[in-house]
Amino acid sequence: MNRKPPIIKITNLDFSYHEHPVLETVNLEIQEGELGSIIGPNGGGKTTLLKLILGLLQPDRGRIEIFGESPEKGRQKIGYMPQHAHLDHLFPVSVLNVVLMGQLGKQSGGLFGGYPRHALETARAALNEVGLSDCEKDSFHQLSGGQRQRVLIARALCTEPQLLLLDEPTANIDPRSEENLYETLVRLNRRMTILLVSHDLGFVSQVVKSVICVNRQVIIHPTSNINGTLIKEIYGGDFNLVRHDHRCDKDGHHLHKPAV
Amino acid sequence: MDFFHALADPDNTFLRLALAVGLLSSIAFGIIGTYVVTRRISYLAGAVSHCVLGGIGGALWLKAIFNIEWLDPVYGALLAALIAAFIVGRFGHNTGQREETMIGATWAIGMALGIIFIDLTPGYFDITSYLFGDILLVSSQDLKLIIALDLIIILFVTSCYHQLLAVCFDEEFARLRGLNVELFYQLLLALTAVTVVLLIRVVGIVMVVAMLTLPAAAASLYANRLSGMMLLAIFLSAISIVSGLGLSYNANLSSGPVIILFAGAFYLLMAGWKKIKQ
Repeated sequence: MNRKPPIIKITNLDFSYHEHPVLETVNLEIQEGELGSIIGPNGGGKTTLLKLILGLLQPDRGRIEIFGESPEKGRQKIGYMPQHAHLDHLFPVSVLNVVLMGQLGKQSGGLFGGYPRHALETARAALNEVGLSDCEKDSFHQLSGGQRQRVLIARALCTEPQLLLLDEPTANIDPRSEENLYETLVRLNRRMTILLVSHDLGFVSQVVKSVICVNRQVIIHPTSNINGTLIKEIYGGDFNLVRHDHRCDKDGHHLHKPAV
Repeated sequence: MDFFHALADPDNTFLRLALAVGLLSSIAFGIIGTYVVTRRISYLAGAVSHCVLGGIGGALWLKAIFNIEWLDPVYGALLAALIAAFIVGRFGHNTGQREETMIGATWAIGMALGIIFIDLTPGYFDITSYLFGDILLVSSQDLKLIIALDLIIILFVTSCYHQLLAVCFDEEFARLRGLNVELFYQLLLALTAVTVVLLIRVVGIVMVVAMLTLPAAAASLYANRLSGMMLLAIFLSAISIVSGLGLSYNANLSSGPVIILFAGAFYLLMAGWKKIKQ
């Protein structure tokens, strides 16, 4: 079998904050074309894992390769969408200018000057991809939470990435936006690898191909294996599972899709 | 209308000079103020401005003790402001230190050093004009320096507009895109420091931060773009300075505080009007 090298390869990684272990002996390989969701309890290390992949944090031990390179180099091929809550919601900036930030660093100089010639077309195509073409002149601070999230996805797309990394894209958005987001992600996955952090396991198991469980350790599961016992292992402890399938088709539910 | 008659009087060169300095300093106040407000570093700018007194005191002391003729206090002020900007930029930000403690310490130590140096300097020296500003004392040398400052600021901001926008809006994303975030941050702080030093003439050490924040904060209530916020902040700063200068001249009051009160009143009016409209 002629398997392509993985686009993310983490071997024997340890990471701790102030001698407090967050991630231990992490081994993870992500193949091209994956649509994976990173889940786990709060404080389990999900965001830490993302920041390690992006090279914003350095591991205590172990190796991270992104597209066969160090995270600092490989991250140029990653489109990253942070949670929008940490941004200043009063900041005066247009939607188009936020998306254009994805093209930063593509200029020859980098330090000075405007965007490269095709930046505007790339930014508009990215806005079109998330269904916000009509909003390019609007102010970022006038948008709803769901729209802001989509603008930040467009900004990530505007970096022309091979891997899309989304931190909690389903936080604070209404069910209809969530449905739109899901369609967008499935469409994008045809041309790029996607990893997202999510709390909503129900949302996740419908769309994604595999689930990456992060709770000090990291385990990857194909979605078909998700069941109650597994969830108990991930979140560790007793809680009630509520069955909430998003859609029923004419044959009824064939998959048990639990959520927490 | 005394102020306008006085302006037209050929003998009152100092008043026309003050007006020119005031109007030109609005450009620096509006543009740098916009970054200070959106990047939320007004407390940092406060520390830098108070450290300026340390530099002024140090320069006066050196000049008197070692008879260094050319050593104008403004050189000491510039050096102290740049050092303070470097310290608070390097350690007062995302380093896991308690940033506001760091900033507060720099603020107080800088000011205390200045007063001790002035105590040690032989002869009497009045620091009131440095603390509270006196725009009527500006020289044509000050005017040239402020024109140079405006040109540098305009050149920097127009050539790096998008980069600065990204660094202020989302520093982490800018870093991921390969921008040297620390360099831009330090450059911005250094420019803030130089702005503070040159504009202390207008409103003084104690109030210069108010002129960096009030017009920009008022502008931010109505602006939808960073560039629009800058233009509106420049305009608000200019009318505060012209009104303040006029009223202080007519009523024989200190110019710095009157300018600040105008800027504060514009801010409150604009914030109140926005509340009413909602």
